[in-house]
Amino acid sequence: MNFGFTKAQSIGLMLMVLAIILAPFFFYPIVVMQVMCYAVFAMGANLLMGSLGLLSLGQAAYFGLGGYITGYLVQSLGLTPELGIIAAALGAGALGTLFGWLVIRRQTIYFAMITLALAEIVYFFAVQATRFTGGENGIQGIPRGALFGVLPLANDRAMYALVAVIFLACFLFVHRIMHSPFGQVVKAIRENEPRAISLGYKVEQYKWVAFILAAMLAGIAGGTKAMVMGIETLSDVGSAASGLVVLMVLLGGIGTIFGPLIGALIVVAMQYYLAPFGAWVIVIQGVIFVACVLVFRRGVIGELAVRLKTAL
Amino acid sequence: MLMIFGKPLPLLFGQLLLGIINGSFYAMLSMGLAIIFGLLRIINFAHGALFMVGAFVTWGLLTYLSLDFWWALFLAPVIVGAFGLLLERTLIRRIYKLDILYGLLLTFGLALILQGGFTNYFGSSGVSYNAPDALSGVVNLGFMYLPVYRGFVIFAAILVCGATWFLIEKTRLGALLRAATANPGLVQSFGVNVPRLIALTFAFGVGLAGLAGVLAAPLYSVNPNMGSDLINTVFAVVVIGGMGSIGGAILSGFALGIIEGFTDVFYPPGSAVVVFVVMAIVLLARPAGLFGKLA
Repeated sequence: MNFGFTKAQSIGLMLMVLAIILAPFFFYPIVVMQVMCYAVFAMGANLLMGSLGLLSLGQAAYFGLGGYITGYLVQSLGLTPELGIIAAALGAGALGTLFGWLVIRRQTIYFAMITLALAEIVYFFAVQATRFTGGENGIQGIPRGALFGVLPLANDRAMYALVAVIFLACFLFVHRIMHSPFGQVVKAIRENEPRAISLGYKVEQYKWVAFILAAMLAGIAGGTKAMVMGIETLSDVGSAASGLVVLMVLLGGIGTIFGPLIGALIVVAMQYYLAPFGAWVIVIQGVIFVACVLVFRRGVIGELAVRLKTAL
Repeated sequence: MLMIFGKPLPLLFGQLLLGIINGSFYAMLSMGLAIIFGLLRIINFAHGALFMVGAFVTWGLLTYLSLDFWWALFLAPVIVGAFGLLLERTLIRRIYKLDILYGLLLTFGLALILQGGFTNYFGSSGVSYNAPDALSGVVNLGFMYLPVYRGFVIFAAILVCGATWFLIEKTRLGALLRAATANPGLVQSFGVNVPRLIALTFAFGVGLAGLAGVLAAPLYSVNPNMGSDLINTVFAVVVIGGMGSIGGAILSGFALGIIEGFTDVFYPPGSAVVVFVVMAIVLLARPAGLFGKLA
């Protein structure tokens, strides 16, 4: 299958795979798995921001929902991990279908504010539906179980392999989608929406599908993260998580294929290394937001791509 | 005791009052947002944080300078407005030519900085501020007891909203502002200093947030999260009223405060989310909001 990687992108991909293989020998595997989960989450947001110019401020709704679905199914109903994560993708996709139908006709800031408000409704349900979500306590002690019922994942190395496979599959899937006829139309819509409409494309349907895909990626990310950490709490469904994923995309480079991973890496690293400084983390995140908007709009990968005069 | 829908009447009046109080803040904040959005095309995510700063300035004026509530009522909006002017001149001005979403991201970052900074300094539990002596106490209205300060807040909010609406819709300055909203290039060609008008508009809108902060200080606990708790609801109010519509922002602010208050009587946990549900319904029926024109 032709994925349509350029030469530079192929090199980047090889470096990325190498980094994923080597990372657990140098860093705490749980943290690297967390980075990959957030990267999948950010890929979805990047699909909306980069390819359609749509800023969603409510992506945490799908991320959190995915986590709760996987957590609940695996813990309370004893489903296997892969079914739990597939269910998370489908559940988040279903919510994305419904919410997408509500918001997809809206532009820019209207879109941003409506996604934010819809996510608040989901947050409310997460607080209220204590039987499903555990309310303030969250779902704790989610067992990792055994993949397909045969491969136990309790070992961090086995779990790491699964997360790496999920991450790479999502990465290739997103790249493939963007180089399919569907992806080309999506790009055309971003470049010139009236023109795309006049050429007969049903623009809203394309946007809707992209929105659903972003929700599904968030669901997969949330479900996988719940399995990795063994816990799912309200912080994954709250507006802070929605802000965080936007920060990741912005930092990594909007519309770049490696940006989400780099953005997730920086944000997670920041959370770990700056944790002792308490509320300063928030201040630093704020400063990064401001700095990114004022002087660093291309993000890390975007800047790199400009320096190397290639697309990354 | 007189009952309506199985609820005692005093309870309903109490919730109505609470709803109008909350609605007063929604109205003042969403009005400021609407004014800023109208001219600058920026969704000011830092609005809630600046509201919080207004409350802290009020507290600071009393604690460090022994200036009481009445001074704060005048000084705090000016200080917050001046801070807004500084932000506009140094940061926000740089992004007018960019995609509209960058304004949102920039002000979001500013909100985080302010909120985190105040949390570092004051802790998340915050400080307390008492209502001035002249406004303490309670009056008996016959059917219910009204704390004087709450009555004052409602009165002040209606006054501020009315005056602002009048300023923008009925005066020459307001006409200039509306003209600059519609066609900044043309207004500039008539010799109006549009960049200055934009800066002052931002300062004014932010000053309104500061004023709301002063009024909120004796009512709620003054803490770094007081703005972020409110801002998402205020955004929903702005969307419901119709982006950029000042009258719409005021009316839907009060209306949603009252709806929220009554929801609290019949289904308490629902009060946190009713505004967003109303927003979803309004958008289905009227995509541009109740009083807005489709952009």
